[in-house]
Amino acid sequence: MGWKALTISMIVVGASALLGSVVGAAGLEPMAVIRALLDLIPGVDLESGLSEVQRNILFEIRLPRVVLGAIVGGVLAVAGAAYQGVFRNPLADPYLLGVAAGAGLGATFAFVVTEDTTWLAPLAFVGGMAAVAVTYALGRSVGRRSATSLILAGVAVAAFATAFQTYLQQRNVDTFREVYAWILGRLNTVGWGEIVGLLPYALVATIVLFGARRLLDVLSIGDDEAGALGVRVGRVRAVVIVAATLATAAAVSVSGLIGFVGIIVPHTVRLLFGWSYRVIIPLSVLFGAAFLMLADIVARTVVSPAELPIGVVTAFLGAPFFLLVLRTMKGPT
Amino acid sequence: MISWDQVTVQFNGHTAVGPVSLSVAEGEWVGVIGPNGAGKSTLMHAAVGSVEYSGLVSFDHRAARAGLDIAWMPQRPVLPDDMGVGDYVLLGRTPHLTYLQAESAHDVETMRRALQRLDLVDLARRPLGTLSGGEAQRAVLARALAQEAPVLLLDEPTASLDVGHAVEVLDVIDDLRRKEGLTVVFAAHDLTLAGRFADRLVLMSEGRLVVEGPPAEVLTEAVLKPHYGPSIRVLNDPDGPVVVPMRSTNA
Repeated sequence: MGWKALTISMIVVGASALLGSVVGAAGLEPMAVIRALLDLIPGVDLESGLSEVQRNILFEIRLPRVVLGAIVGGVLAVAGAAYQGVFRNPLADPYLLGVAAGAGLGATFAFVVTEDTTWLAPLAFVGGMAAVAVTYALGRSVGRRSATSLILAGVAVAAFATAFQTYLQQRNVDTFREVYAWILGRLNTVGWGEIVGLLPYALVATIVLFGARRLLDVLSIGDDEAGALGVRVGRVRAVVIVAATLATAAAVSVSGLIGFVGIIVPHTVRLLFGWSYRVIIPLSVLFGAAFLMLADIVARTVVSPAELPIGVVTAFLGAPFFLLVLRTMKGPT
Repeated sequence: MISWDQVTVQFNGHTAVGPVSLSVAEGEWVGVIGPNGAGKSTLMHAAVGSVEYSGLVSFDHRAARAGLDIAWMPQRPVLPDDMGVGDYVLLGRTPHLTYLQAESAHDVETMRRALQRLDLVDLARRPLGTLSGGEAQRAVLARALAQEAPVLLLDEPTASLDVGHAVEVLDVIDDLRRKEGLTVVFAAHDLTLAGRFADRLVLMSEGRLVVEGPPAEVLTEAVLKPHYGPSIRVLNDPDGPVVVPMRSTNA
């Protein structure tokens, strides 16, 4: 079952990536794209048949976008899965502790104050991390052992950051469009530089969360019982939250606030492949990557040459798909 | 030997337990009895570190390690609906693994033995959510046994079982204790059952240990009534005292 699921999801990821590279305003021949990609492998020498312009479209426009979609999708999904595990809460998503609201505030600040988009990603990242740091400090000061106090602190911090962000936005209506577009999420204004910046966070988080997958299963029997089995619950939770939050903040600082991926993908994986985080963690990365690559294809083709915000697509496609999975799989698996 | 030395637990400035000192010898079965709120569960929570306490819980004269020295069967265990019985019992191997380690063949074998011992082999793949109360209780006990800890703390292990299944589960534990020298500390509301299995009973009231001794000495009306109220009667059966409830009015 494990290897079968892994193989299926790898094929889905590969197919989504290929589709994402091929589909677009300038039609590229799928086989030519495959040849051009294989040609990158050292020792392989293939003539792709793509023109110089087509090569530039593929390598400088399409591929960065596809790769960014894969990384952001994978990160949001695995962070969502980790949050659900660590809080034993099916409604948890990567934005639970205020990272989205904080990043939104940071981004709005960048648009309003600096008017310089080079500060956008760093300020969004700092805003997201700062919000979660405040949540963590507040949550611990209320009740050191309780996950509920953390979640409630997250609600308060997110409300405060959103209120402040709305205030800033209202005071500067000229930036309203840019801020709104960022909040809905997009993968389009990107080159390889942003991906290189994001990759270390995504890799470290994925490795840490992959390492914690067995412990997430132990946490599913509750803090007290996990503690009685010798697990230092507070420490494990902190490590998982830091890893998931770092990657989420890094992802949203580049892509904006893409919703639903972090909640729909892990639950779909859970419904299809079972309860264990040993399966949910790795498959969430892969299915999250595939899901966002596919959503992005829809975002840039449906109203072409214009684009839909990808956050709209993830919700529009994700919600009915999720309901479909939920209906077909109801009852204990 | 497991010992609670001057253990005190406070919740919001209110003392829930303590100071309590109690030592249980290797292979001994101690029943902890007392009315609701007496602190029986809290004493166990302290031993596994799920509440903060002052004092010391030690095993063989050093600080007890939750999981390795002590296996705990909580009163209301969390049973994830979709988790299979085998996977759940395998969680009992957690104390023997480092954070990044996966279970070895030995761990899986230990899990199988625990399943066998509690007659759960046929249910190994069944989700916990589909078990009856008695099966679920056996699964929780199997998980505790898979820990292979020398001390077993049982918090009301028979609360959700009918009398036949209750005796069955306690017989399994007693058998293990005899064969493997397991030390058992057992919090119970059913005084008769506690008396039948325990070598020694300790009566807790308002967070303190008030009486201790062999069941025949503790299960008397003179000892119990001040703590449980006047509506009980103790009958003498050849196998030991039987505690029965009485109606307080003859309506």
